[in-house]
Amino acid sequence: MSDVSTHQPKFDEETLKADVMASSEAGRTTTEYIQHHLQNLVFGVHPENGLSIAHGSEEAAAMGFWAIHLDSMFWSIGLGLLFLWIFKKGADKATSGVPGPLQNFVELIVEFVDENVRETFNGKSEVVAPLALTIFVWVFLMNLMDLIPVDWIPYAAERIGIPYQKIVPSTDVNVTLGMSFSVFALMIYYSLKIKGAGGFFKELAFQPFNSPNVLVQALFVPINLLLEGVALIAKPISLGLRLFGNMYAGELIFILIALLPFYAQWALSVPWALFHILVITLQAFIFMMLTIVYMSMAHEHH
Amino acid sequence: MNINLTLIGQAISFAIFVSLCMKYVWPPVMTALRERQDKIAQSLADAEQGAQRREEAEAEVETMLQDAKAQAAEIVAQAQKRGNEIIDESKATARSEGERLKAAAQSEIEQEVVTAREDLRKQVGSIAVAGAGKILGSEVNAESHAKVLDDLVGQL
Repeated sequence: MSDVSTHQPKFDEETLKADVMASSEAGRTTTEYIQHHLQNLVFGVHPENGLSIAHGSEEAAAMGFWAIHLDSMFWSIGLGLLFLWIFKKGADKATSGVPGPLQNFVELIVEFVDENVRETFNGKSEVVAPLALTIFVWVFLMNLMDLIPVDWIPYAAERIGIPYQKIVPSTDVNVTLGMSFSVFALMIYYSLKIKGAGGFFKELAFQPFNSPNVLVQALFVPINLLLEGVALIAKPISLGLRLFGNMYAGELIFILIALLPFYAQWALSVPWALFHILVITLQAFIFMMLTIVYMSMAHEHH
Repeated sequence: MNINLTLIGQAISFAIFVSLCMKYVWPPVMTALRERQDKIAQSLADAEQGAQRREEAEAEVETMLQDAKAQAAEIVAQAQKRGNEIIDESKATARSEGERLKAAAQSEIEQEVVTAREDLRKQVGSIAVAGAGKILGSEVNAESHAKVLDDLVGQL
């Protein structure tokens, strides 16, 4: 934390000079403004500065893997807790009698998720439905942060001495991949558990090509392994990158709209935000549905 | 946009949130939903039963109502008959009473007539005697001519 304070004077000057609404005119150029908005608050071990918060993307890159995005973690955990808090409250009040408004809301979402799980997932599992619920609501909440005007929180954070603040966790590829790889791990776990190691290997090695002839089959096995292996690895990566890409693009457009003069921004930001309401819900839904589908595939025998 | 520890941090928090959701959120909500489903099914069955019972009761009410109507009609008819009877009876009584009164009056009148005739006869007798006395210039002795006078009165 000592590092933050040493950098602070320089930073305050910058903020004072920079009118956020028209940042291209004062302290920051347009490029700097955009870069600033796309920079996470990275905390890690810098080769020269030691354990510190990175200032700028170069310092962040120099920290390598052993660094953490404080803002992403803060908002994602905060939103996860918000989800649990709301739903726990609804669950505590849950009675079979006449439901209150909160219980109604919670039940509405739970039933929606449950219906989707029932339709897609045929196995029996205690995990899949709560997993789907967590994904849907959590991802939705993380995406929802995109609708907060892009300057509000970063500007306030700068004022209290936090140099960077990216408030939409799902625009951080680490967050989306962190979730999709967790889903992937569950896929592998359930595949091994339900089908056994042999069954799982058979699924990868004897599809899509197979032949009754043993020799030909032996020839097909490596090809199958390659194809199925790529298909398998592609699942978590596409799952994570799809969400990241959508949210990152949306955020970028909000940032670009914020570069317009303040009196003209509404003409673009309002339609984009309205459209984005659809996008964030849809992306949360897609992430959930694909997770259910992958879980269903892991539970099915071939 | 670097891949770093955040990925693992997110994976850990994801696992924690999912397990908490599994433990504290999903089961109570689902239990409540199931229970409510059962309750609603039960209520619907009860409602159906109630409707059936009501239909039965309605049918019963209908028959009772018809019985009551028939009874009422009967009572009214009886009352009407009795009323007519009473009217007829009163008419008959009134008629006989009237006739009786009429007969009494007639007999009284007749009696009066007889009395009046008797009076008149007597007066005519005395007038005739007085007239005859005047004509004859002497007093006619009513007693001595009583026989003549009675004949005269008898002719009247």
